[in-house]
Amino acid sequence: MIGIGAALKRGMKSSNDFFMSGRNIPAWIAGLAFLSANLGAQEVMGMAASGAKYGMMTSHFYWVGAVPAMVFVGVFMMPFYYGSKARSVPEYLKLRYDEKTRTFNAFSFAAMTVFSSGISMYAMAKILNLLLGWNFDVALWASAAIVLAYIFLGGLTSAIYNEVMQFFLIVLGFAPLVFLGLRDAGGWSGLVARLDLVATSNQNVAGQPFEAGAWVSAWSHMGSSGGNPMGVEWFGMAMGLGFVLSFGYWCTDFLVVQRAMVAENEQAARRVPLIAAVPKMLFPFLVILPGMIAIALTYQAGQTGFSLPVKGNAYDYDMTIPLMLKHYFPSGLLGLGLTALMASFMSGMAGNVTAFNTVWTYDIYQSHIAPNKSDGHYLWMGRMATVFGIVLSIMTAYMAQHFNNIMDMLQLVFAFVNAPLFATFLLGMFWRRTTGHGAFYGLLSGTAAAALHHGFTVPVGAESLFKGGWIGPILHTYPSEMAQNFWTAIWSWTTCFTVTILISLLTKRLKSDEELRGLVYSLTERHSEGHLPWYQRPIYLGALILLGVTVLNLAFL
Amino acid sequence: MKFDLRLPIGFLFSIFGGILAIYGVLTPPETYTQSLGINVNLYWGVVLCAFGGVMLGFAVRGRREG
Repeated sequence: MIGIGAALKRGMKSSNDFFMSGRNIPAWIAGLAFLSANLGAQEVMGMAASGAKYGMMTSHFYWVGAVPAMVFVGVFMMPFYYGSKARSVPEYLKLRYDEKTRTFNAFSFAAMTVFSSGISMYAMAKILNLLLGWNFDVALWASAAIVLAYIFLGGLTSAIYNEVMQFFLIVLGFAPLVFLGLRDAGGWSGLVARLDLVATSNQNVAGQPFEAGAWVSAWSHMGSSGGNPMGVEWFGMAMGLGFVLSFGYWCTDFLVVQRAMVAENEQAARRVPLIAAVPKMLFPFLVILPGMIAIALTYQAGQTGFSLPVKGNAYDYDMTIPLMLKHYFPSGLLGLGLTALMASFMSGMAGNVTAFNTVWTYDIYQSHIAPNKSDGHYLWMGRMATVFGIVLSIMTAYMAQHFNNIMDMLQLVFAFVNAPLFATFLLGMFWRRTTGHGAFYGLLSGTAAAALHHGFTVPVGAESLFKGGWIGPILHTYPSEMAQNFWTAIWSWTTCFTVTILISLLTKRLKSDEELRGLVYSLTERHSEGHLPWYQRPIYLGALILLGVTVLNLAFL
Repeated sequence: MKFDLRLPIGFLFSIFGGILAIYGVLTPPETYTQSLGINVNLYWGVVLCAFGGVMLGFAVRGRREG
């Protein structure tokens, strides 16, 4: 299978250029490219882990978070991006604000790439550990060595092409898993009955058992944080996840946004996120359902006796996908599932380490530490940065060992990096009075607020300082890691937003309207699309998608 | 259009599906106790093969038109 992939890849070296050349790309391919930029093994494993740990509420990541955010990007942000001069986050920050804001973001972005690849490395080591019986440390260092080799052999030559391929591999490789698992759990009704048992056998922070439906309903138990397994009330979820984390992710991730811009024209580019939102709506059934099945079967066995292993004082939720693959897939299909998982981990890690390399070498090293060196010197530095990035990833992989759900750790990183950045972006785009000093000190204090919040609070049962409480007295205990993440994001975003406004009002605006053209929403040219038929107009498509997502929310109330 | 993504996708999944289906026919039924007695290799192989075929079909049609 790897051979086929390699042979195909050799013939497709130019596909990336092709994609970026902006030639008549059919909207469906652009939509898939948009979608596949973030449907990787991390999402599959992390969402299944969350499905087991938090139940149906995990669907909020899609039905409150991603899908509305994608509609927002398609309807409001795409015309702006399309008319904008900037093509990447650092570029935008530099043009819109100043050098120090860009540099600050370069550091937090570098940290994010390291954490992200470390989390993938941890997950890959767990899989090797399970399937080949290797010791975890050996498996981890082996994973690191494989990634290093992959990058040095030029494994990123056709990123988008690979990602679309992996998208199909993942969807088609995992669909039978949902079918078999659901069948083992006695269909949907059997699953619900088992999950009711899961809910009543578990207790909230106050020591009361959950109500029967707590694992199968998305909204019904969100009146207070004590009623649901995620331990968050509706406001914390809607604001923390729905607004800050999701909108922050989709609006500021230019890697994703660029995929939409390959479409034939601005109108088509606006439709890309909307087209992608349709399959995105259905992903919970592919990625969250396996987790719900796994936890249900752990409490009440099915005919084949599947159950999750224990880690510390809880289950090892991360093992959901690897264990289910091993349990239900016979040799043959198992190969397909593993190929999908491994290929996606590899390209995800390689992508992150390469991004780290670029940011370190050009945005930090060349700009501030050693300018005006030869190209060869920077090339050498880039190689060093790759090795260094992998070593750092190994360290973060050991940190990931303290979590039982990689999604908990990933969202923690996003709360530190994306949440304040989103406030800086929003203000930069919609308020021309925002100044460079305002943005810089806003970002700085937003990140500091995230650190303070994380340092003074812990999730229940935390044994490690990586989970919080590292500053001193614990001021608040959250019922789950995810609840803590949402509130970290809220604190961080709000602080950045407020401080940026205050400092901007106190400092002098240095950029003229002319300099801000293409960088601020009101100063960017946008085209009217009144002439298009209704089914091609983003506003109507967006409304339809929101209607669909509302129906799904109501169906799993 | 110079390069059609449907072509490699079609090839890959036809080949994967074909191999999987043949493997499914050749393996004894005991292999499938873990998958609840269903020969998932055979059935899913056929599905993948069909998916690959549809992709190839679209690619060929696209090439003819383009």
